[in-house]
Amino acid sequence: MKKLALIAVIFIGIILFWAVEDMPAFGDPDASANQYTAKMYIERTLPDIGIDNIVTAILASYRGFDTLGEVVVIFTAGISVALLLRRGEER
Amino acid sequence: MRENVVIRTVSRLSIPFIQLFALYVIVHGASGAGGGFQGGVVLASSFILLLIAFGLSGIRSRISVRGIRVFAAAGVFIYAGIGLLCIIYAGNFLGYGAIESALGIPHLHALLIDIVEAGIGITVMAVMISIILDFADKEGIRRD
Repeated sequence: MKKLALIAVIFIGIILFWAVEDMPAFGDPDASANQYTAKMYIERTLPDIGIDNIVTAILASYRGFDTLGEVVVIFTAGISVALLLRRGEER
Repeated sequence: MRENVVIRTVSRLSIPFIQLFALYVIVHGASGAGGGFQGGVVLASSFILLLIAFGLSGIRSRISVRGIRVFAAAGVFIYAGIGLLCIIYAGNFLGYGAIESALGIPHLHALLIDIVEAGIGITVMAVMISIILDFADKEGIRRD
């Protein structure tokens, strides 16, 4: 069973490293992410939202629903740990 | 836990500054480097330092373990409540622009983002403290 798991991990690892070749280079100006979306956020954050921090604008406003999901995930993790470890507290 | 004057004195001095810095990081989220997730973790780290320096009995006398769970839910409630408020003002869920145009107050969008960041910070802080207290307490809470 352990050998099978090792083979599976190595196999998936080789596939992942193989896929890295197809990713755009770091900071490549011709990558599609840098040509359209990044430009759009830089141009429209200040007129749309009125704050200077583009990262916060994307996190809390453009992708607000995603961040709500992240907060719910953290909340669920805390509640799960409390449920699993905190036995016998409530009467 | 063994008494250690140096650890207790240094943490007693540094905890207020850590908490002040955490609040700065949360409030500064809209205009610089910062945000709810980072600030919440920094705020929780001050309570973890409290736990390390003063032990479980020390942290129990300062914060309410039962109240921590209320805080964890309150942060999510603030975030989702702002989102629902946008629906009341005839916008989309979490579409803050609807409130700004309905009330006509400038910079309300940035203020709402700050409130949302505070909600994130409250949840992250409370969950971190809750998890660290659950792991620190080996014998269960029934003891007190």
